[in-house]
Amino acid sequence: MLEIKNLHVSIGDKEILKGLTLSIKAGEVHAIMGPNGSGKSTLSYVLAGRAGYDITEGSITYNGEDLAALAPEVRAAKGVFLAMQYPVEIPGVTTMMFLKTALNSQRRARGESDLDAVAVLKLVRAKAKTLNVSEEMLKRALNVGFSGGEKKRLEILQMAIFEPKLAVLDETDSGLDIDALKLVAEGVNALRDPARAMLVITHYQRLLDYIVPDRIHVLAGGRIVAEGGKELALELEAKGYEHIVKEPA
Amino acid sequence: MSIAAETKTQVAEIGDKYKYGFVTDIEMEMAPRGLSEDTVRYISAKKGEPEWMLEWRLAAFKRWGAMKEPNWARVHYPRIDYQNSYYYAAPKNTPLKQSLDEVDPKLLETYKKLGIPLQEQMALAGVAVDAVFDSVSVATTFKDKLNEAGVIFCPISEAIRDYPDLVKKYLGTVVPVTDNFFATLNSAVFSDGTFVYVPKGVRCPMELSTYFRINASETGQFERTLIVADEGSYVSYLEGCTAPKRDENQLHAAVVELVALDNAEIKYSTVQNWYPGDENGLGGIFNFVTKRGDCRGKKSKISWTQVETGSAITWKYPSCILRGDDSVGEFYSIAIANNYQQADTGTKMIHLGANTRSRIISKGISAGKAQNTYRGLVSVYGKAKNARNYTQCDSLLIGSECGAHTVPYIESRNPTARIEHEATTSKIAEDQLFYCLARGIPQDEAVSLIVNGFCKEVLQQLPMEFAVEAQKLVGISLEGSVG
Repeated sequence: MLEIKNLHVSIGDKEILKGLTLSIKAGEVHAIMGPNGSGKSTLSYVLAGRAGYDITEGSITYNGEDLAALAPEVRAAKGVFLAMQYPVEIPGVTTMMFLKTALNSQRRARGESDLDAVAVLKLVRAKAKTLNVSEEMLKRALNVGFSGGEKKRLEILQMAIFEPKLAVLDETDSGLDIDALKLVAEGVNALRDPARAMLVITHYQRLLDYIVPDRIHVLAGGRIVAEGGKELALELEAKGYEHIVKEPA
Repeated sequence: MSIAAETKTQVAEIGDKYKYGFVTDIEMEMAPRGLSEDTVRYISAKKGEPEWMLEWRLAAFKRWGAMKEPNWARVHYPRIDYQNSYYYAAPKNTPLKQSLDEVDPKLLETYKKLGIPLQEQMALAGVAVDAVFDSVSVATTFKDKLNEAGVIFCPISEAIRDYPDLVKKYLGTVVPVTDNFFATLNSAVFSDGTFVYVPKGVRCPMELSTYFRINASETGQFERTLIVADEGSYVSYLEGCTAPKRDENQLHAAVVELVALDNAEIKYSTVQNWYPGDENGLGGIFNFVTKRGDCRGKKSKISWTQVETGSAITWKYPSCILRGDDSVGEFYSIAIANNYQQADTGTKMIHLGANTRSRIISKGISAGKAQNTYRGLVSVYGKAKNARNYTQCDSLLIGSECGAHTVPYIESRNPTARIEHEATTSKIAEDQLFYCLARGIPQDEAVSLIVNGFCKEVLQQLPMEFAVEAQKLVGISLEGSVG
C-alpha cells in the first residue's frame, strides 16, 4: 500500500530525512520509534502533505500513485489520515460542524453525495460512544479547552469516522495517562482491518504494549537504522536508543 | 450541503466572484449632471414634495456649500468631483404601482438575480420588502397586513406626502441637517428611502426588509431612512445592499435615523455587499454613511448588527445615543476587507441617561492588501450614573500585506461608570489551515469555516434567514485570499 524509497526531505536548507526506505502492506501495523529530532514528525507531515517540507530525492508511492504529487485534501479523500501530535483549536466552529464539513468534503472529492445533518449525527454518535467522546464535547468548539486526552480521543474518533486506508498516528501517546492511553489504544485496535495499513509513530515503547505492531523500524538521523519484530521495542526499552543507533543497521 | 460547500457551488455556477455585477438595461430619467440649487429643486419637484420639505433641503444645501469633506478616517481615495455626478435617476414611466403585476418585468428579473423573489416573499417568507431601485420605490408588499397592525412602512417620499406631521416631528432629530459633510449632502439631495412607524404597544408582525441597489452609472445613491418605534413597540428591520460592477467609483451617502421611545426596541441589521472594486482596486462603491439611533425613551433599546463585505471604501459608524434612563445600545459588526478595500467602521455609544448599558462586539477581517480600522467612541456624560460598557474588538489577518487597526476613544465624566475594552489580533494560523486540509477540506472552504467561526457571535445576532446568506457572503468575499 505504501512504498517509500530513498526519501530525502528538507525544511528550508536543512535536510531532515536522509534516504528513508519503508514499505507497508494492507492489514499491517508498523511502528516507527526513534529519539527526539530523528525525523519522526517530519515523516508524518510529509505523508500528509504539509507545505514547507520539500522532497529533494526519492519517492512515496501510495496504492501505485505518486503521493507527493497530490494536494493534502486530495490525499485525505483518497484515504490517507494523520492523527496529529498537536491537534489545533478552531474557535467558533463546533466539533460536530467540523466533522460534517470534513466528511462531506472527502465524500464530494470521491464523487459521493453529501450526508445530511441527521445522517452525520447518527454516524458520529455511534462511533463517539465507544471512544467515550461525550455529546457535550461534540458541541464545543473544535479542540478549544479540550484536555490532552480529549484531543487525542477526538483524533481517533475522526479516524473511525473517515475510515482511512492508511492511518498515520503521530505520538498519539504523548501527554496521556495510562487510562487514557488504554482507551485510545483500544480505539485504534478496533480499527485494525485487513484492508487498512497503520503507521504508529512513538518515542516510547509503552504504547506498543497496547498496540502491538507487526514490524518496528528505528529512525535515527533521518534514516531507518534498525528493523525487527515487536521484540525490538523491548530491546530499545532495556538498552536505550544510543545502543541501537550506534550499531550498523 | 454545508454552507461553505454551497458557497463554492454558487461561485462556480456564477463563474465570477461578484454575483451582483450585472446591469439592468432600463431607460432612466435623470437630473442634469452636477449639484446646484436647481438640482435640489428638481429632485423636490420630481417627488412632488410640499414647500416645507424643499425649504429643508435648500437649507441643507446652503450649509453643505460651507462644509469641508472630513479627512480623519484611515481611508485614501481620489478627490470626489461632486459636480460630475448625477443626483437623481429613476426608471422611466414608473409611477408607484398598486401591485407587482404592474411592475416592469425587467425590474423584477433584477430582483430575482439579487435573490429577492418578491412574489415568493409575499406568499412564503413573511418578509415585507420595500425595494428601492435607484431612487424610486417600485413595489411595496405586505402593506395590508402591516396596515392592520397600524405599522407604517413606506417609501419616505410617500411618507412626506401622507404623514407630514410624523416626518416633520422626527426627521433630522437624530442626525441633524448640520451633522457632517455627507449627512448634510444627503439632506439636500436624498431621493428616496424608507419610513417606518410602529405605534404604541405594537410588536411589528414581521421582519421588515429593504433592498437597495445602485444601477445607473455615475449616480450617487442618497437614501434616507427613518424608523420610529413608539412606546412599548418592537421592530426588526433588515437592509441588504448590492450594486453592479463598474470601473468608475460611485458615491453612496445614506442617512439612517432611528428613534426608540419608552420601552421600545429597534433591531437594525445590515448585510452590505456593494461592489468592492476588482483585484487591482479599480472601481467600487464609496460608502459614506451616517447611521444613528436615539434611545429617547426610558428602558428603550437599539441594536445594530452589520455585515460589511462590500464597497471600495466604507466610512460608517452606526451609533446609539442612550438618552433615556436604563436604555441599552448594542453594536455587532463583521467587517471584511479584501484586495484593495478600505474599511473604517465602528460605533459611538453616548451614555446620557442613568443606568444605561452598551455592548460592542466587532470582528474585523483583513485579507489581500486591505486596510481595516475599528474606530469607536464610548462616552459617559456626567449624569449617566452607573453606565456600563463592554467592548470586544477582534481582528483577523489573512496573509501578510493587509492591516488591522483599532482606534478606541473612551471618555468618562462620571466616576460610577464601568467601561471595559478587550482587543485581540490574530492571523489564520498555518497549522489551522493544514489541519483542515489534512482532513480533506479544500483551502477556500477551510478559510470560510475558520472565518465564520471567528464571526460566530455576530452572525448569531442576525435573523435566521439572513444569517445563512451572510455566512455565504463571508466565504465568497474571501475566495482565493490564501496562497
